[in-house]
Amino acid sequence: MNPGFTWNIITDIQWMWSLPSMVNAFRAGLAVALLAGVVGWFMVLRRQSFAGHSIAITGFPGAAVAVYLGASATLGYFGFCVGSALLIAVLARGSGTGAGERAHSSALIAVVQAFALALGAVFLDLYGGFLSSTSAFLFGDFLGTTDADVLTLVAVSLAVLVAMAVIGRRLLFASIDPAVAVARGVPVRALNILFLVLLGATVAEVSKLTGSLLVFALLVMPAATAQVLTARPGLSLLLTVVLGVFVTWFGLAWAYFGNQATGFTITSLAFACYVLAYAAKSVRRSFRLGVA
Amino acid sequence: MTTDDAVLSLHDAAVSVGGRLLWSGVDLTVRPGEFVAVLGPNGVGKSTMIKVLLGTLPAAAGSVSVLGQRPGAAGEQIGYLPQRRNFDASLRIRGVDVVRLGLDGDRWGVPLPFSRRFSAARRAADERVREVIDLVGASAYAHRPIGECSGGEQQRLLIAQALVRKPRLLLLDEPLDSLDLPNQAGIAALIHRICVQESVAVVMVAHDVNPILSYLDRVVYIVGGGAASGPAAEVITTETLTRLYGTPVEVLRAADGRLVVVGGPEAPALHTDRHGDRHEALR
Repeated sequence: MNPGFTWNIITDIQWMWSLPSMVNAFRAGLAVALLAGVVGWFMVLRRQSFAGHSIAITGFPGAAVAVYLGASATLGYFGFCVGSALLIAVLARGSGTGAGERAHSSALIAVVQAFALALGAVFLDLYGGFLSSTSAFLFGDFLGTTDADVLTLVAVSLAVLVAMAVIGRRLLFASIDPAVAVARGVPVRALNILFLVLLGATVAEVSKLTGSLLVFALLVMPAATAQVLTARPGLSLLLTVVLGVFVTWFGLAWAYFGNQATGFTITSLAFACYVLAYAAKSVRRSFRLGVA
Repeated sequence: MTTDDAVLSLHDAAVSVGGRLLWSGVDLTVRPGEFVAVLGPNGVGKSTMIKVLLGTLPAAAGSVSVLGQRPGAAGEQIGYLPQRRNFDASLRIRGVDVVRLGLDGDRWGVPLPFSRRFSAARRAADERVREVIDLVGASAYAHRPIGECSGGEQQRLLIAQALVRKPRLLLLDEPLDSLDLPNQAGIAALIHRICVQESVAVVMVAHDVNPILSYLDRVVYIVGGGAASGPAAEVITTETLTRLYGTPVEVLRAADGRLVVVGGPEAPALHTDRHGDRHEALR
């Protein structure tokens, strides 16, 4: 049913955007890329990828529980992701950035994650174990985005992004240099908890589109790529968002014309960007060493 | 004891942590531009002295006044360098950004892009960061990711971060710890230069007095409960330390002027546990 890719780009785009579901997917993609980019950048900087991953995994039983109880999957994603974020934030000691604290919280996070997966399996079983919904929970449903989904997504993105803009500089300080930040009166522990909650909300929103497993393509990869390319915080953040939008939109187009799963196309593009950035950096470094 | 121009003064101050008296009877007055070291064996509460001066820990007895106020009230005018922290080698943030956070990292919001064009305050902030990086001699590597800088380079950038708000008092917690000897000498000379040039008072917790011995105006020597303060030549002596430790201790002076304390009850095995209290600061 897809018309297939011609080399006439304008017509292709017109074709693609004549479908409401595709337009919604592009809108949702933009919001998700912005949201995941900004929050993901801090997550990568704070070395909290594992926490983010586990929060994403807890979205899976959340969605399963919600569907089993007849509620919307969105609610399940939200409740469980924000809930597990709070759990991790409250149980983890200190700022979570020292080496010992990180070891403690990573064990704790693993415990939460394992339990979440077990819960998800139970509820899927209770629900009747439909494989199609499992796959939607784990791999998402980007092309099934409705108008209402887009609205929720934009609302959540706006709320989280405004919160990030307000705490941005203090969060950066608390992430890089918690000891001095505390002495300067920055509420490091409160910021840590707040950030995990924002991360939970982000993961919940993004999970709905990309599924619990592929959240990471958008949360980690653009940020990791940007941080390989530059050490300037502002530029790095901007690059993250641009890369996120790029891989999402091109991934969607590729999925549309190539009849591939969006999870595969978006992740592959993001991965390719990372590999290219890393290769470019290695080449540049060896060149510099060779000259010096 | 309290004088008008004193940056900080402690009078008969004592501190206890968890009901245990760490030290007591500390008298100390520091004036602008003075360089004072807090010395003593491991675990006697040298870093605790910094916490008291920062106001994060109350004094159990005596009076403590920092910049004419109670500790913690003059936060803006105090630069603080916590016990040594290494930045992760993969941390992709430039040294200049870390210094910048010392200036405005405790503000809400985010800097607007391109505000350099129309905001004089932003340009002044940029200028101050450049100036302080210049002062510590870190201009050559301030724009590299801080994780790729050496220990000595990171320490210079962190001193710049502590200095960026033009503090009148600088509290340094073991800034020479885990640096090699040339870097220890370099950082010690830098701190001395800052004292003199910027007339900043410096209180520095040190494990080894020798790298800073020639620059010091005064020392506080803390040993299990008691303390003595005064010029280094008067405090680090066989008589004073024997009295403090309560066991015979000998201070030897090497040919190059370095001091060696012999016979103190400090077990070398304790070295690994020296930073057991480091996480306290993060709470």
